[in-house]
Amino acid sequence: MNELDPLLGYLCLAALLFTCGVVCMATKRNAIGVLIGVELVLNGANVNFVAFSRYHPNFQVEGMIFALFVIVMAAGEAATALAIVLNFYNNHSTVDVDSADELKG
Amino acid sequence: MDDLHPYMFWLIAPLTGLCAIATVITQNIVRSATWLLFTLAGTSSIFFLLGADLVGAIQLLVYVGGTMVLVIFGVMLTAQGPFITMKTSGAEWAISIVAGIMLFAVLGFGATHYVRSSAERAKETVPENPKDSRNSTTIGQGLLGVPVGPSDPKMPSQTIHYLLPFEIVSVHLLVVLIGAAYLARTKRRKEEEAAP
Repeated sequence: MNELDPLLGYLCLAALLFTCGVVCMATKRNAIGVLIGVELVLNGANVNFVAFSRYHPNFQVEGMIFALFVIVMAAGEAATALAIVLNFYNNHSTVDVDSADELKG
Repeated sequence: MDDLHPYMFWLIAPLTGLCAIATVITQNIVRSATWLLFTLAGTSSIFFLLGADLVGAIQLLVYVGGTMVLVIFGVMLTAQGPFITMKTSGAEWAISIVAGIMLFAVLGFGATHYVRSSAERAKETVPENPKDSRNSTTIGQGLLGVPVGPSDPKMPSQTIHYLLPFEIVSVHLLVVLIGAAYLARTKRRKEEEAAP
């Protein structure tokens, strides 16, 4: 138990970041706020990966390589999502996600 | 360094968590982006604390230097008048906070259960100095096709490397570049031509 106590701290920090990201995605009405929530979620996952690469013997290199892939994917996702948000803002003059209901049945 | 490790963790982790909570509860989108910047910097120092120097440096370079600039540009281009502060109703806050606390409880319970159940096993297998196989040379070799990772005694011929994901990520970034440039370009001229 004593050996892995630090791992529990890192896992709880990752859980806190993940929860904050989910709540941020749920509560923000600004589309960029939703994007900020996604960044928080991905950061929580990254903290988990790197913590396991430090404390799990079979995950030493994989944890860091997966974390690098997550960072690159997050950069691409942010660029595409911001392009979509800017396009929506140009067409509708708003960034409120509640007004993006053209596909609503 | 090992003596200082818990103190550094208990200094950095609560700050990072508080910045993440402040990112959520602030209503102003500019302040939210600023708190996110501090959260990302705190996460990067967590990576340094864990001995993952390369990941921490790339987090600083790509996330804090690149992605945050994108987000701040998006905020600056769209934050006009009513969009800076968008109020969320109290009922939505209540539901979200209850759901968030339940989610955090589930995740924390899972983490505690995992740590307790794997405590005996892991004590024997954690190497003396885990930093030896975790330097950036190993990561670079793994990305370039040299087999890395743990050697499985059951299947010694199995080689794990990450050349194919690396190449897919490269092509993916090119696709993202073209797609973002296509989506974000201004279309006014074409619409004016099509209107009359």
